[in-house]
Amino acid sequence: MGLLDKEFSDGNIVIAKTEDLFNWARLSSLWQLSFGLACCAIEMMATSASHYDFDRFGVMPRPTPRQADVIIISGTVTLKMATRIKRLYEQMPDPKYIISMGSCANCGGPYWEHGYHVLKGVDRIIPVDVYVPGCPPRPEALLEGLLKLQEKIKNESLRTKTA
Amino acid sequence: MKKAEEIFELIKSGFPGVTVELSADMPTEPIISVDPLKVHEICKFLRDNEDCKFDSLMNLSGVDDANGEKIKEEDDSEIIKGGTLSVYYHLHSMSLNHKITLRASAPRENPEVESVDNVWKAADWHEREAYDMCGIKFLNHYDLRRILMPYDWEDGSYPLRKDYKNPEFYNGMKVPY
Repeated sequence: MGLLDKEFSDGNIVIAKTEDLFNWARLSSLWQLSFGLACCAIEMMATSASHYDFDRFGVMPRPTPRQADVIIISGTVTLKMATRIKRLYEQMPDPKYIISMGSCANCGGPYWEHGYHVLKGVDRIIPVDVYVPGCPPRPEALLEGLLKLQEKIKNESLRTKTA
Repeated sequence: MKKAEEIFELIKSGFPGVTVELSADMPTEPIISVDPLKVHEICKFLRDNEDCKFDSLMNLSGVDDANGEKIKEEDDSEIIKGGTLSVYYHLHSMSLNHKITLRASAPRENPEVESVDNVWKAADWHEREAYDMCGIKFLNHYDLRRILMPYDWEDGSYPLRKDYKNPEFYNGMKVPY
């Protein structure tokens, strides 16, 4: 009996495609940039807290963009903040993902007409992967958004980011 | 405790020759209108006078009275020529437990009002906000910058003016929906 056979029978080796392995690793530990904008951030914090427990999906806040995989735009993006958000996004290493949380980040929300200070949708400055509707979305909705993002990552290939 | 009428009389006798007006029959509270270029002196007087002792500036707000001539533009929007912009001061005396409201109205084309930031420290950011939103220029304010809008927001563009028009772009970002 050769060495490999022995290893196989001990169950210490798993065969997988690199693609699947990478995707699995990525989607299972999405470190989130610790950052909140408005009332949506309160719901995001509730999602992180023990009752909904974001950490069971591998999401935990990182206080630096250099170590973050996902940025959750949780609230109203003012024009003043927009330039900062763009910079934070650019500081994140690839692969990076964006969840747009709530009506304000999606399209301006209640500020769409008279909000002189509001960017009408964060997708005007950075590419959004998942939009979570709601004002604000409940924690369940944000979790659903995260699961959608994981689904998306699961279907990525090494050559193209989006399936 | 003093009534608005009594405080009005105190200001009038303390500042002879300065226009001071009392609007007593307001639905909310009596308002004393003062000269925008005499506000600092009057406020200092109100703070230090033994019968007034207004030790607290509860609020300071800028208001666009929109009482000028409204001119229709080609794109159906309106601009306002003339009229006034006002600053309202809500004062309270904690030791004597009385309140008063002051109003200083300045011409819209050159809205200059004296700063009271060295009378009540609270006025500092309130004045910056009134400047940022309505474009009221506070004379002798030590740090009159925008406070809410970005520092590089277009000069002369004040969002809470009634004839305000949003810019099409800010730093390459489209602003309208």
